[in-house]
Amino acid sequence: MKCHEYEAYMHEYLDEEISTEHEKNLKQHLQQCVSCQKHFHELSKTITLVKGMATVTAPDDFTSKVMNKLPKEKKKVGIQRWFRHHPLLTAASLFLILMMGSVISGWNKGQDLSVSKQPNLIVKNDTVIVPEGEVVKGDVVVRNGSLQIEGQVDGNVIVINGEVIKGNKYMASAGQVTGEIKEINAVFEWIWYYLKNTAKEVVNLFEDNETEGEQSQGVAVFLNSIDR
Amino acid sequence: MDAIIKKRINQVLKGDQNAYAEIVELYKDKVFQLCYRMLGNRHEAEDMAQEAFIRAYVNIASFNINLKFSTWLYRIATNLCIDRIRKKKPDFYLDAEVSGTDGLTMYSQIPSDTALPEEEVESMELQDIIQREISRLPEKYRSVIVLKYIEELSLNEISEILDMPLGTVKTRIHRGREALRQQLRNV
Repeated sequence: MKCHEYEAYMHEYLDEEISTEHEKNLKQHLQQCVSCQKHFHELSKTITLVKGMATVTAPDDFTSKVMNKLPKEKKKVGIQRWFRHHPLLTAASLFLILMMGSVISGWNKGQDLSVSKQPNLIVKNDTVIVPEGEVVKGDVVVRNGSLQIEGQVDGNVIVINGEVIKGNKYMASAGQVTGEIKEINAVFEWIWYYLKNTAKEVVNLFEDNETEGEQSQGVAVFLNSIDR
Repeated sequence: MDAIIKKRINQVLKGDQNAYAEIVELYKDKVFQLCYRMLGNRHEAEDMAQEAFIRAYVNIASFNINLKFSTWLYRIATNLCIDRIRKKKPDFYLDAEVSGTDGLTMYSQIPSDTALPEEEVESMELQDIIQREISRLPEKYRSVIVLKYIEELSLNEISEILDMPLGTVKTRIHRGREALRQQLRNV
C-alpha cells in the first residue's frame, strides 16, 4: 500500500468512520512511516486549532434589530394577542357588548304593538282591553301600547312603553289584578326588567331540565321573590 | 426544545410576531457564529445573520414543521454567506483586512489607548490567523469545515443543510482538512 492510500484511512479515522481493520493498518503504518506520521499529526493539529477557536456570540441588540426589520404584522393579530393575554377582561367586555346590544335593540324593537297571547284580550288601536266580566289567566305583557283593565287578570301585568288604565278613569278599582302591575317607560327600567327576565328565563331553563317540564310551586314562589 | 420551537413556529404561522423573538433568541449565537466564521468579519456576519432570520420569518410558511428547524435555518444562513462570498462587493469595514498588508486592518491605523496584556495579544493573533486561513479556503470547503468543526454538526446534518449527498460532504471535508493543514502547518 502506498502512503497516499493511508491518507484516506486518516480521513476515515478523523470522520470516526474507520473500521477496526483499517485502524489497525493505519496504526501499523504510522509507526513505520515518518512522513505519514507528520501528515497525520498536522491534520490533528489543524482540527484542534479550528475547534479551539473562541465561541463568538451575536451582539446584544441582535434580536431587537431583527424584530425591527421584520415586515409589520397585521393589526388584527395584535388585538388577538391582547385578547389572549387578558381572557377575563375579554369575556367581561364581550358579555357587556352582547348584553347592551340585545338590550338596546330590544328597547328599540320597532314601535309596533305587541301583546301576550290570551284568547280573551281585545286589541283596539294602541290599546289592549281586558273586557268586563272576563278573567284573563296568566301574565299580561303589552309593548308599545296601553292596557285597559275592565275585567280581571289572574297574574301579573307588565306594560312596556305604555300605561295601565284600570277600568274607567274615574273608577280605578273596577279592574282587578291578582298579581303586580308594572309600567316600564325608561331605558334603565327596561334594562333592569330585561336582566331580571333573562335571569328568570335562565333559572327556568335550568329548572325545566331538572324537573322535565314539571312546574313546581316552589319555583314559582322563588321566581316571584326574584321579581320583587 | 424542539417542542418549544414547534409551538413558537405555529404561533408565528398564526401571525404572532412576538413568538419569533424567542426563536431568534435561541439561535442567534449559532447563526451569527456560522456567518462570522464563513465571512471573517463581524459587520458582514451581523448583516447576513439578520438577513437569514428575516428570510426564515418571511418564508416560514414553506417550512416543513416535521423537519428540524435549525437545519432549515442553517441552510438559509449558509446559502446567504456563500452568495455573499461569491459576489463579494468591495465593502469597507474597519476590521476588514487591508489588502497587501498581511493581516493588518483599518483598526490598526487607529491608535489604541490601552495596551492589551501580552497573552491576550498572542491568543488573539492565533485566532486571527486561523480565521484568516479559514477565510482563504474556497467557499465550498469553507462551509463544510465551519459546519463540522465550528458548529459541530454531524455529517448527515451537513449533507441536509447543504442539500448534497453525504459522499460529496465527506470529500469536501477531506479536501478542506488537507487545504487547511497545508495553510496551518507552520503555526
